Amino acid sequence: MTRAQGLRAAGVVAVLAAAVVFPQVFTNPAVTNYGVFALIFVAVASAWNTFSGFSGYISLGHAVFFGSGAYAVGVAARDWHVGGVGVFGLMPLGAVVGALIAVPFGLVALRVRRHTFIVITIAVFFIFQLMAFNFSFTGGSSGLDAPFLSWNLQTFNNPFYYAALACAAGATALAWVIRRSRFGLQLRAIRDDEDRARGLGVHAMRVKLSAFVLSAAITGLVGGLWFYYIAQVEPSTGFDPLFDLFVVLMAFLGGLGTVAGPVLGALIIEPGQLYLTTVFTNAYLSEILLGVLFLAVVLFMPRGIIPTGAEWITKLRTRGRPAVAPGSGTTAAAAPAAAEEAKT
Amino acid sequence: MSVLLRTEGVHKSYGGVQALDGCTVEIGEGQVAGLIGPNGSGKTTLFNVITGYAKADVGEVYLGDRRITNIAPDKVFALGIGRTFQLTRIFASLTVMENMLVASKHGRASARKRAMEQLEFVGIAGHHAVPAGTLSYGQRKLLELAYVLVAEPAIVLLDEPAGGVNLTLVNHIADRIRELNAAGVTFLIVEHNMEFVMGLCDQVTVLDSGTVVAAGPPAIVRTDRRVLDAYLGEDPDAEDLEAAEEALEPRAGEDA
Repeated sequence: MTRAQGLRAAGVVAVLAAAVVFPQVFTNPAVTNYGVFALIFVAVASAWNTFSGFSGYISLGHAVFFGSGAYAVGVAARDWHVGGVGVFGLMPLGAVVGALIAVPFGLVALRVRRHTFIVITIAVFFIFQLMAFNFSFTGGSSGLDAPFLSWNLQTFNNPFYYAALACAAGATALAWVIRRSRFGLQLRAIRDDEDRARGLGVHAMRVKLSAFVLSAAITGLVGGLWFYYIAQVEPSTGFDPLFDLFVVLMAFLGGLGTVAGPVLGALIIEPGQLYLTTVFTNAYLSEILLGVLFLAVVLFMPRGIIPTGAEWITKLRTRGRPAVAPGSGTTAAAAPAAAEEAKT
Repeated sequence: MSVLLRTEGVHKSYGGVQALDGCTVEIGEGQVAGLIGPNGSGKTTLFNVITGYAKADVGEVYLGDRRITNIAPDKVFALGIGRTFQLTRIFASLTVMENMLVASKHGRASARKRAMEQLEFVGIAGHHAVPAGTLSYGQRKLLELAYVLVAEPAIVLLDEPAGGVNLTLVNHIADRIRELNAAGVTFLIVEHNMEFVMGLCDQVTVLDSGTVVAAGPPAIVRTDRRVLDAYLGEDPDAEDLEAAEEALEPRAGEDA
């Protein structure tokens, strides 16, 4: 293990340890509420990035899986009369429903590329929102309520916090494993040049669809948790048009296609958005500010915090040295270091 | 010598433009074959049809005895046909080593070992850890050749391997092709650099307007009147003919 890898591993352990003790240190439910939402979006942003960030197919339809996961858990809890901690056991159902929806969705949408793919994901999103409004089993415009929980209000958030932490850690670990795998390499090759990748033996449709389904399953799982935490789901909240914009902003801000980027982005954006909503009585003001942030990121830091930060650090380290030793065919530290650091 | 790759009467049109018009080509196993012709004669389209990037309207493509007409590029590659592109197409955000591993069929450790051997073979092993987007154009050509070779294809289709690179690198590429050919790899090369083609290829096929107008050893093809017509148009004057023959003649004492 190199020194950089050792430092990185130590950093991950420290962050995880801090996350585990967080609700024990900050016991105020208003604070742990921030933690629950932040971790929910860490998981969703990581899942989204595992497909969109690695493959380059920007999905604006992941709310389909989030909402469907929420409704799946809600319907199951209602119809099977499940309550208390038992509802946590229904969360995998959200993953299954998300994955099942992603198969036909992906088989259609992944036949096209770039802007057309984005448009199709938006169209499918609105179809699902309309269905949620109009089907009787979804509760129509009233939506569904979660079973009542008579837990201690002081520690009410903690089970949700740890469930969200497990989802966030799992989604991030999965993204890390995929990033280093042959599957991840094929996804990134598709992002750079899909036709070329096919010409080198990559089964592009199979690879893209697998990533899409995996990403949808995690998003559906987390959607189920979110439903149980906020205790209700309505068509406008389960299938929220702003959901995907927030998730995309998180990934772009942190670093699209990196493992740590979406985590960082979610940890900045979600608590920030909650805080702004609390501070400003006009809820739209926080959305306007986030829109401004989105523009600023795209214009001034299009690669996101992690890759840009890694680049700055590399520049500082290698100031005055050439990036590639001229004529030698060997490389100085700069370029490989940048390449390695941008992966994290 | 058995025929490794064969196209039979391939037609391909784009709208009203007939890119290939009954194109029949045969490449023998172990050959270094050249495919030449004026711009727009259908060379790259033929490559695209063979490798599954374009579908033939009519006609067949065979690899050995196996019909491979209109199958997907990933399946064509899996069957043993690798190709490079006229404008290099590498994965710019991946490192050079990662580029190599995309095409690899081996396990992780052996894939890396083999990839490094191929990079050493083409001469860019020192750049294995840098993002491929930082390579020069010539190095990208070498990388493209290397990552096609990593899957050990039976035949490699090279689209203008000498295009836009300096003479030293052209000779380097020609030497690598000779070595690979000696090791059993068959090549089909599209190239406008006549010195390169005539000095390297056992057989040359000439395309004009999507049709094969001549095929045979370089010495015969270069003096074929139909070839000169294809390059110069019909009824060229004596000065044009002399210039064309000179262009098709490899320079004495030069490698490529």
